[in-house]
Parts: sequence; C-alpha cells; structure tokens
Amino acid sequence: MTGKQKKTLYRILLSGVLFALGLLLPLEGIGRLCILLAAYAVIGWDVLWRAARNIVNGQVFDENFLMALATVGAFFTGEYPEAVAVMLFYQIGELFQSVAVGRSRRSIAALMDIRPDYANIEENGVLRQVDPEEVAVGDTIVIKAGERVPLDGVVLEGTSSLDTAALTGESLPRSVAPGDGVVSGCVNQSGLLRVRTTKVYGESTVARILDLVENASSKKAKVENFITRFARYYTPVVVVAAVLLVVLSPLLTPVSWPEGIHRALIFLVISCPCALVISVPLSFFGGIGGESKIGVLVKGSSYLEALADTEVVVFDKTGTLTKGVFRVTAIHPQGVGEAELLELGALAESYSEHPISHSLRRAWGKEPDAARLGAVEELSGRGVRAVVDGRTVLAGNRKLMAESGIPCEDCERIGTIVHLAVDGAYAGHIVISDEVKPDAGEAIAALRAGGVKKTVMLTGDAKEVGEAVAKELGLDEVHSQLLPGDKVAQVERLLGETSRKGKLAFVGDGINDAPVLSRADVGIAMGGLGSDAAIEAADVVLMDDAIGKLPAAIAIARRTLAIARQNIVFALAVKGAVLLLGAFGMANMWEAVFADVGVSVIAILNAMRALKVQG
Amino acid sequence: MRKSYKMIDLDCANCAAKMEDAIRKIDGVLSATVSFMSQKLTIETEDGRMDAVMKEVVRACKKVEPDCEILLK
Repeated sequence: MTGKQKKTLYRILLSGVLFALGLLLPLEGIGRLCILLAAYAVIGWDVLWRAARNIVNGQVFDENFLMALATVGAFFTGEYPEAVAVMLFYQIGELFQSVAVGRSRRSIAALMDIRPDYANIEENGVLRQVDPEEVAVGDTIVIKAGERVPLDGVVLEGTSSLDTAALTGESLPRSVAPGDGVVSGCVNQSGLLRVRTTKVYGESTVARILDLVENASSKKAKVENFITRFARYYTPVVVVAAVLLVVLSPLLTPVSWPEGIHRALIFLVISCPCALVISVPLSFFGGIGGESKIGVLVKGSSYLEALADTEVVVFDKTGTLTKGVFRVTAIHPQGVGEAELLELGALAESYSEHPISHSLRRAWGKEPDAARLGAVEELSGRGVRAVVDGRTVLAGNRKLMAESGIPCEDCERIGTIVHLAVDGAYAGHIVISDEVKPDAGEAIAALRAGGVKKTVMLTGDAKEVGEAVAKELGLDEVHSQLLPGDKVAQVERLLGETSRKGKLAFVGDGINDAPVLSRADVGIAMGGLGSDAAIEAADVVLMDDAIGKLPAAIAIARRTLAIARQNIVFALAVKGAVLLLGAFGMANMWEAVFADVGVSVIAILNAMRALKVQG
Repeated sequence: MRKSYKMIDLDCANCAAKMEDAIRKIDGVLSATVSFMSQKLTIETEDGRMDAVMKEVVRACKKVEPDCEILLK
C-alpha cells in the first residue's frame, strides 16, 4: 500500500470506531448527531472538498459531487447512520479499488519489464556502465552472466546460453557462439559475451517491443468505446431521473417529499459508472499481459477483440506452417548404398551455394575433402558434372539425365528431386523438401476445436507441394502458385465470405506478405525476434516461430472478451435492478452502496482473472 | 508529432476518460489517449505545436482532477 492508501485506511478505521460508538452508545438527539457528524467529517472531508473544488472548475457530475450530495442529503432527511455508512463504504470501496488496480498494474508491468538498465561498454580495456541509449552502432559491449542484453548485436567472443523467456515465453534457452546475433531483452545465463552492436537502442528489438506495448492501449476495442460513450450519458441521465423523482413523485403519487428525496439520493449513489469504466479496460489490459506471458504481442485491445472473433485463419506456407528450410527427406538409391549416394551427391555439389546443395551437405554431415574431388562443371539450370574419386558423377534434374541419355524414373515423393548417375549409370535420387513444423498439425486441430470454422493455406509454391502439405495438416482449402497480388485477392474473397461478426486472421512470417497482413482483420506475424518487418506490419506478433501458440492466443482473447462482457452485464444488471427498486421505494442506501462500490470491487476481481494464463 | 507522458496520481478511471475527452477538444491535438492502466498520456499533435498544446493539456487536466500531475520532461 502506498502512503496515500495507508492514510485512507487509518481514516476508515477511526471513522468506523466513531460510527460504532454513535450507534452503540445510549446517546440521544444532539449528542448522537455530534458523534456521527465527527465520523462523517473524518471520512468524508476530502470528498466534500473535492466536490466543491470541482464545481468551481465546472465539473458538475463527478463522483465526489454525487457522493457529497447523496450523503449531505441523507443528513438533512434525518438518516444520519446511512449518511456516514454510505461515505464509509464508498471510501472502503475506493481504497480496495486502488489497491487492486495498483497490484494488477504492477504485475502486468513486471511481465513487460524487459528494459535493460545499462550497458557495459569497453573502452581501452576498461569497462564502463552507460545508459543503453548512449551506445553507438559498432561499439563493443560486454554482457556478463545474469545481465540483460541491452542492444541487438553480433557475438565477437564467448559462448553462452540466452534466456529468451521474457520475449518469447519459451523457457528453452538459446545457445549463442561467435558470429551469432543476439537480441536485446534476452538474459545472458552463463558465459561472458563480447558483442558488437548492430543497432542503436531506439531501433533495437527491446525498444521497439516496449514502444509497441506501451502504445497498445491506444487502439481501443469496440467494447471499450461503448463503455466510454455509455459512461458519458449514464451519469447525467441518472441525475436527471433523480431530480424528476424528487419533483414529480410527490406531485403525482402519494409519496411524501422526504421519501421522494430519499429515493432520489439512492439514485445519486448509483450514478457513477466506475465499475464499468475501470473493469473493462482492466480486463483488456490483463488479457494483453496474459498474451505477452506466452510470447504473443498484441498491438491493441481492438485486435484482441478481433482475435476472439476469428472465424477463418489463412496461413502462408513457407516459414509459417513449414520450417522454410530445405532438408533431405528421402534417399532412393539404385545399385549403391544410401550413404554412398548421399556422399556422392554432397561431394559433387560441394562447391555450389544453392540451398539444395547446402541441404545435401548438411544431411551428409562431414567436411568435403577437396582431394577426392576432380574437375567440377556447373551446368546452369540442370545440375553439376563432377569427378569424385576418379568417377564422373552427374547430379541434377531430369533434364540433365535426359541429355546424357540416362533413363530415370520420377519419384512419388513431393519435393525437389536430385538424380545421380555414376559413370553413365543411374545411381538413384535424393528428395529434398521443406519440412512441416512439428506443431503445425496440432495447432490446426486445436484451432478447429477452439471454434475456427475454416483454415486456408496460400502459397506461391507448386500445386503438388501445396496440396501435399495441406493434406498432411488437414487444412480446409489450399491455393497454390500464387503471386503476392493473388494472395491479397484470395484474402479479399475470403473476407467477403466471413459472417458479419466473424473475423479473418492471416498468419505469415512477415516476409513479402505485408500487404496481406494489413488487408486481413488481424495480421499475425511469426518470429518477431529479429524481424523488424514482422513487428511493423502485423497486429499480433508471435515472438518465436511456434505456430502452436496461435490457438492459445485466441483462447486468451476469447476469455478476455468473456470476462469483459460478464462485467458489463453484471454491473448493468445490478445497477438497473437497484435503480428500479429505488424508484419504487424498495431499495435502501445500503443496497445502493453495494450497487456502486460492491459491484466495482467484484468487477475488478473478475477482470484480474484475465491476466491469469492456464497451463 | 507523437509523445507520451507519465501521469502521477491518476486515481480514477472515469477521470481518465474525462481528461481524454477534454484533451481531444484542444486545438492542435490530432489524437490523445489517457491510459488509466499504464498511467500514461499518449498524444499526437500538429508538428511543432507540442509545447504550446501541452500547456493547454495540463490546464485541462487540472480542471478534471486537480490532484493528478502530468510529468513533462
């Protein structure tokens, strides 16, 4: 509790004691009034003071004024205990509210506490702690074990493992060695790292993420805007109703004047929309905090809302559903051993920089020995002819085989196929393809179980490849051989097919799909770590490459929306009921206080659930 | 030009909404958000008018909630 909150607590206790004395002591008339007035003064002086000051400032319908009017009015109608009690409970509620809000605000802030405090800069062999903002691009910084990486950079010296949990929600540490990039915001767990910075602080990952998170609340959800608009009209309407109640009910009905005033005062107590105004944004704030806990950045509560209503999910293929890395997936030798075929392929292609050659060498896993390799000739668009261990090896596509008059068969496997021939005889082929991410199938099943009606994949890749992947993952629709412009057209068509409330989410890796990301209702980018384009273009960023986070992200969004709606319905229902009962003289001050502060407190407690992430 | 300011002792959510409303009406303000949760004002003004506008903003906020202070840095 802050000093201010403690002071309020003491006042509540003192006033409570006085109040109890006033009720329990056998005092009559003026003595009782005096002790209750004292209790009232202790607890309510600041509300009265603020009410007066705000009227001078032209703020009439503020809650201080309403509370002051209601309680002073109660004194004049002779309900002394009620007057004190209303003020007492109002203050207790306010105190509770401020403690609860402060606490949840701190826990969310702690979640997003990835700001580095300093950087160790090395100058002439001496370490100096400086503000990360003072470090220039190309400076050498030293990151000790346990310290946070302050700026993005490249490791010059040292190996270590980095804890990326604060950024990605992933507890598995990432190991780095010289030449690897490091991302600011991670925590260095073990070794000492010397890093050359590649970005200034303002452009480094951590600053961009913080900027994004801090501005997240400016994109308000429709529900929030509704509450703001509602609050603007609610108070004046209730106050006007209270005035009408005072004036009209004694004139038109047998209700007496004091009774009319009493009912109007009940109205005033309920007229603050605080429960709604606090709990709804708090729910969204908690929801965004909960998302960031699992490594999903949501750029505003409006996107959280859209995410909750997601009906169609459109995926890009490469890098999103597949790893975007080519690997050897099948070896079909003919007359030679599997290992030998792979070795021949890897050696023959050992000078090539083509991604296919890389994957062959990676699968082989050994360093090519230059002594075994004779003349190498690259045949563009076909493959290579190389002399390996004195034998002439041809490695390439069908065309190359056909040209050399070597019969070969096509493979039933989908992917890029490298045929090999040794001294003019066919030796078999190797299939290289992009691998589906291990969690992709599960993610799509979970999305469907979570209520997503349709999953679609768009790809620029060949039809067979696209359809094979779609079949493996169980997608509803697949469109292949698309140019970037075609992807936009497909998304627009799908947007037209969604229901009025349903939203379309597009998931891509942020490379080449910025137009589609912005066209979709929710643009979701994968792998925000290190990719500026993704962070910029998307509305939601999955911080690591895990597509498996998507169903969880949508579940959190749905939960958040549900909590916000519960709060709205609950607060409006209770307030409406007490207003109605009050108008007919069936509610008392106590119930009114509950409808005001009690409801606020319950709504806040409910809103705090949004921050909790299951599992 | 876009900037954000820390707000101290912003104690009530309704006041935050009222401040936001008042700030948006100030001449030269393109957009403004007062976030009760992050205790922050994010404001976008016409170029070069930030300082003048902020004086108005402080005055407007004082009217709504005199106890709340905007940290101008």
